[in-house]
Amino acid sequence: MNETIPTPEGGLAAPDALNDAERLQAYRRVKRQESRKALLLAAPLLLFLLITFIAPIGTLLLRSVQNPEVPLALPEATKLLQHWDEAAMPDADIYAAMAQDLVQASKQGKLGRVARRMNFYNPAMRSLLLKTARKLKRDSRDDLQAALLASDSRWGDKEIWRVLKRAGQSPTPDYLLNAVDSYVDKTGSVASLPPEESVYLAAFSRTIWISTSVTLLCLLLAYPVAWLLANLPARQGRKLMLLVIIPFWTSLLVRTTAWYVLLQPNGVINSLLSGLGLVSQPIPLVFNRTGVLIGMTHIMLPFMILAIYSVMKGISPVYLRAAQSLGAKPLTAFIRVYVPQTLAGVGAGCFLVFVLSLGYYITPALLGGAGDEMISQLISIQTNQQLNWGLAGALSAYLVIFTAIFYFIFNRLVGIDRLRFG
Amino acid sequence: MKSHYWSRLERWSARWVRVHTAVVLFFLIAPILIIIPLSFNTSTYFSYPMDGVSLRWYQAALFDDQWQRALLNSLGIGFASTLLATILGTLAALGLTRPGFPLRGLIMPLLISPMIIPIVVVAAGFYYIFAPFGLVDSYLGVILAHTVLGTPFVVITVCAGLQSFDHSLTRAASGLGATPWVCFRRVTLPLITPSVATGAIFAFATSFDEVIVVLFIGGAEQRTVPRQMWSGIRDQIDPSILAVATLLILFVLALYGCASWLSNRHRNEMP
Amino acid sequence: MKTMPKTNFLAGASMLATLLAAGPLHAETTLSVVTYGGAFENAVQEAYLKPYAKATGTEFSLEAYDGGLAKLAAMVQANNTSWDLIDLESNDAVAGCDEGLLMPLDESILGDTSDFIPGSIGDCAVASMIWSTVFAYDKEALATGPTLISDFFDTDKFPGKRGLRKSPKGTLEWALLADGVSKDKVYDVLATKKGLDRAFRQLDAIKQDIIWWESGAQAPQLLADGAVVMTQAYNGRIHDSVKNDGSAFVTVWDGQIYDYEWWGVPAGAPNAEEAFEFIAYASRADVTSQLSRYISYAPPRKNALPLIEKDILEDLPTADANFKNAVQIDVDFWVDNFDVINKRFQVWLAR
Repeated sequence: MNETIPTPEGGLAAPDALNDAERLQAYRRVKRQESRKALLLAAPLLLFLLITFIAPIGTLLLRSVQNPEVPLALPEATKLLQHWDEAAMPDADIYAAMAQDLVQASKQGKLGRVARRMNFYNPAMRSLLLKTARKLKRDSRDDLQAALLASDSRWGDKEIWRVLKRAGQSPTPDYLLNAVDSYVDKTGSVASLPPEESVYLAAFSRTIWISTSVTLLCLLLAYPVAWLLANLPARQGRKLMLLVIIPFWTSLLVRTTAWYVLLQPNGVINSLLSGLGLVSQPIPLVFNRTGVLIGMTHIMLPFMILAIYSVMKGISPVYLRAAQSLGAKPLTAFIRVYVPQTLAGVGAGCFLVFVLSLGYYITPALLGGAGDEMISQLISIQTNQQLNWGLAGALSAYLVIFTAIFYFIFNRLVGIDRLRFG
Repeated sequence: MKSHYWSRLERWSARWVRVHTAVVLFFLIAPILIIIPLSFNTSTYFSYPMDGVSLRWYQAALFDDQWQRALLNSLGIGFASTLLATILGTLAALGLTRPGFPLRGLIMPLLISPMIIPIVVVAAGFYYIFAPFGLVDSYLGVILAHTVLGTPFVVITVCAGLQSFDHSLTRAASGLGATPWVCFRRVTLPLITPSVATGAIFAFATSFDEVIVVLFIGGAEQRTVPRQMWSGIRDQIDPSILAVATLLILFVLALYGCASWLSNRHRNEMP
Repeated sequence: MKTMPKTNFLAGASMLATLLAAGPLHAETTLSVVTYGGAFENAVQEAYLKPYAKATGTEFSLEAYDGGLAKLAAMVQANNTSWDLIDLESNDAVAGCDEGLLMPLDESILGDTSDFIPGSIGDCAVASMIWSTVFAYDKEALATGPTLISDFFDTDKFPGKRGLRKSPKGTLEWALLADGVSKDKVYDVLATKKGLDRAFRQLDAIKQDIIWWESGAQAPQLLADGAVVMTQAYNGRIHDSVKNDGSAFVTVWDGQIYDYEWWGVPAGAPNAEEAFEFIAYASRADVTSQLSRYISYAPPRKNALPLIEKDILEDLPTADANFKNAVQIDVDFWVDNFDVINKRFQVWLAR
């Protein structure tokens, strides 16, 4: 602490004119001020991301445990059902409340959303609820329990009531369970869907499988390329680098279109092959896993090459030469001395490719076939077509958590500051 | 004998690396090069040999109302979101590179995360939270979402530019009596302009190439060029899509040219 | 060759001019009409919008959407509906009505509705036309073509690839029909676990030979490319291809699955009243009969049929010869069961 420190009076005091405590205090104040100024500069972006990024994702993830539809539209019945013990049939009060709520919700236009929600539990619920409401509106008797039972005999089934009770509970684990092909069964224990209906676990493992394959393919293809580019004379290296940069900058849609055109049954590759007499029937290259892997590898490869290249560029050849002059065989020297120095680049490249692949949507959607849907596509279907926002939230939650874990590991091992573009 | 054997292996692997590199580079560039001539094909088929050369697909694309609107949308949304992302990202980078920035290890990954979190999740989240405010099917919604996606690029490039920045310059300037604003305008800004511009180009390219957000929260009014290409491929692919692709390749090459010129002017990380 | 740069320049210049001349908005009522786009939109424009605009001075702004209720739900939720009139698929018309996304329809605006085909007037929507899922083959590639729905599943008799829409809807019905289930029993059988298994078993037999398509335009394309020997398709697309591209496609009507397309008015539509007036106009027998001139979809009311030329009538799904073994899609069945059956379908596809 030999610097002069500004005093509160604004003048400069000689260091030894202050005692240690005062000096420390002044130092801390300046530090705090600096911190505050620095933070203030980042504040607009932080605030912006809080509103347009953190809040939306948070809301989406919250959706995965919320169950608002039924309690909102059928308030009385929901309240009473929570005290029902599921042992005997619900009592007359619950029947009456349900009948009243159904009519009320139907009049307010809220029943459709409940029906949609309930249908995710049981595909018969939608029509049961809508039909019941229609019949009840015409039924004038005072005994609401009888009216409800008369509208449809299924109201005498305990299972219907159990499901309605579950749907009234918030927070609910149901969406998170559904997203891994499980549900809570009659006995209250978690059960798995039969294999012929298990879509999501398969999609998660497929997503991981595709991402891993693309990462490994990229690594395999990129490493020698990066090595050569880093070790060529600078001018030549820069020229060849253009062949990596141009695809890197070319629009994703353009590249996907290009592969689409190339890989089609009557596209460039197949017509070339049949023109050369190599095949008689076009080989299926697109709308299957092959198409997805080719397309995604093409799109991810520049990331991998650039990440490894930037590290290799900084490796001095001295070590390798030293190892060899000490008697190591070239291959041994390469593996034991050179490769370890490139691991940071390999790590950065693999991480980036793997994590970006996990969320891929466009390329598998356009080049993939029936069995190649990745999780992002399913999230999109649940959001835009099925309007099952809870399930979309639950699928997203798993995807985000998975991504975040890898992000965290990467940040620990390599450091996010190492990410560079271009 | 042994050394002879190894040098042969060495020679063999050197050759193998060259062949491998040639094949990989061909794999990278060929699809892009192959579709360009096809965009001048007279027929509607996507294969060689070509039937003849014409500009009909360019004409079809350039005179089509939908493509025109898509281009206008892409440019407008791109510029607006780039402007926002550049301002927000540059300010944040200036703060982040100051010595006393608190919780940097926590905030930096947060600011970068829009690049990492799957875009579908961002788009779906955006959809849910902004639907009640009427931001679905609106330009503002798409612009805000694209700004989110663009900021990490600006933060990263400007931070990188500022790392080589000599902070004694600003200290000297303020020592000479310059106000913080003057100090920023006259000293910091001119020095970081190239990296800000590079970040801006990345942000623009990100917006210009983005489909998923547009699919989720854009309506027919907000169709952008990539969105139009998406439905082109899904519905009825004809060579006018290749004409648009070719124009996009040229456009993006020009963007890259700008970026690398900037980085050559200012020693940067651009390869 | 010399003119090339010039055309290029002209193209660029005129494009720029168009971009700059963004027209001002019109002051009078503009009905915002949202359709699936494509050939149907063109037909609607010719048959309904142009004459209506001429008669009333109403302006139209057309928008295309990809179906589904997500966008509509978002707009209604935000109290920010900008659409006045939507072209809806059956399941969306039903679910949209249930969920309060569509305004209730007052049947009286349609006048005498006794000649409407049963089921073509809903609580919130009225049918705009009848379309059908059929299959077709190329006569140039297949001299003696298939005639029955069972032929579609018979790869011994007709070897080669088949195009099918990547959806359980329609596909499972066909599997059962081809397996000998009568058209009235299809949905009863499909509603049981056993029946569903049976449908998937039937599909298993030809799974290797199926090429899946997703958008309606792909089906005639597959046939034209020779990628398939026969394909499921929307009848209008095949008709369009024969009429406009001169292809030799033949439509097989046996086992056709027909469905209605609907007009609906979104909740909170800014010009709801005008939209309903337009619906009433477009549903008039003399007006709705015009649509079939432009696209081979059938009007939903009987009184319109005599007004249609005989040669057009023959190509409609409702023509007597075509209608013999026709199944009407059971919308309620699919709204209830789509989610579960689709899951199974997806798993089956991926296997």
